[in-house]
Amino acid sequence: MEPKRIKAPLSDEDVLALKAGDNVLIDGVIYTARDAAHKKLVELMEKGEELPIDLKGQFIYYVGPTPAKPGQAIGSAGPTTSGRMDAYTPQMLEKGMKGCIGKGLRSQTVKDALVKYKGVYLAAVGGAGALLSKRIKKSEVVAYPELGAEAIHRLEVEGFPATVINDAYGNDLYAEGAKEYAR
Amino acid sequence: MREIAASTISEQVAEMCQKANIYLGEDVFDALKKSLKTEESPTGKEVLKQLIENVEIAKNEQIPICQDTGFAVFFVEWGQDAHLTGGTLEEAIHAGVKKGYTEGYLRKSIVTDPLYERKNTGDNTPAVIYTDLVPGDKVKIAFAPKGGGSENMSSVKMLKPSDGEAGVIDFVVNHVKAAGPNPCPPIVVGVGIGGTFEKVAMLAKKALFRPIGQSNPEKRFADLEKKILEKVNDLGVGPQGFGGRTFALAVHIETFPAHIASMPAAVNINCHACRHLEITI
Repeated sequence: MEPKRIKAPLSDEDVLALKAGDNVLIDGVIYTARDAAHKKLVELMEKGEELPIDLKGQFIYYVGPTPAKPGQAIGSAGPTTSGRMDAYTPQMLEKGMKGCIGKGLRSQTVKDALVKYKGVYLAAVGGAGALLSKRIKKSEVVAYPELGAEAIHRLEVEGFPATVINDAYGNDLYAEGAKEYAR
Repeated sequence: MREIAASTISEQVAEMCQKANIYLGEDVFDALKKSLKTEESPTGKEVLKQLIENVEIAKNEQIPICQDTGFAVFFVEWGQDAHLTGGTLEEAIHAGVKKGYTEGYLRKSIVTDPLYERKNTGDNTPAVIYTDLVPGDKVKIAFAPKGGGSENMSSVKMLKPSDGEAGVIDFVVNHVKAAGPNPCPPIVVGVGIGGTFEKVAMLAKKALFRPIGQSNPEKRFADLEKKILEKVNDLGVGPQGFGGRTFALAVHIETFPAHIASMPAAVNINCHACRHLEITI
């Protein structure tokens, strides 16, 4: 099946058009954040302070890239394990985040929050960091430079490949996919 | 007594760090290509194609295969007739890791204390080093950059001797099933059986250094590797957990004698980027 082309950031309608199992190619702007950045963002939310980025409609990509060599937009940049972000994801969705991209299982709480706030969880191919880096055309640090690889980057992507795992309807590709091929 | 300069070790280690992260070994690459022929799921096939393309892009453009360039793990076999000059072995390896990770634009993923500050050491040191003293005057250094995502999906279980073969199979299969898509399948499953609590974990790690396709030299354990591999792939988890026939590329078992009261078992998982490199000086 041909992948769907989607444009980031996302609207509610964009999210609702996605179903678990869909392969997509993302064009547009996405932001990066992983463990340490999530901790900082959620601490700010709890204090009621302004965030360094506006999460409305945004995709957050869980990635800690390798340093870019001179002339490269970014180094190797595959997804990291999403489950470590589970504790923060419902609050990120409440603040307007529409999609997150990583790899691996999510908690039931996160899956419920995706339904409640109309969000979507996608997986990129874990370990395909060299391939994915070629789909990132531009990268700049927009917050927390002191976190190094964990800083928040603004990425411009073209044809960034991912697969919908958990949609806004409660479907889960990880559960369905394995069922189909189990013996 | 043969003399080896610490600087020689550092230079070789620095080169290994860069090479291992950019070039996937032929053993793993062949296993990926082979699995493309047997995979039944179309999505699974797509994933495998992306992984194969990824390996080629990494090689052609000198980009690390994966952004997680790992904890630097070394198994050193030091010939006892070789004499190291100009520093200690640990210092020499750490200097090599620092150089390799800095000059090779590899990610620095090690934090100082694991619980409170978690401040990045900035050069990917310290490495984890295991040293065996062996006969002869040669030095063998095996290196693997071990990613955190797959390392987190590891486990040790103190089984009872009465649990037998079925107990080992259940432990391994249930463990990898629970890990599911997290460790970036297709995975390589390192299994340790025997020894003590800490020894068994090291055996499981050592099993990941064995080239894919090379089975345990003892037939019973080679058969057990096959049996577990089949059960693991029958789970249907498939490449990246999207469903399919290729959840694991290989199961490697390493064993050690055990106490009459014990049968420890350990699982250490590696992602498809099962990077390992060995040199002899």
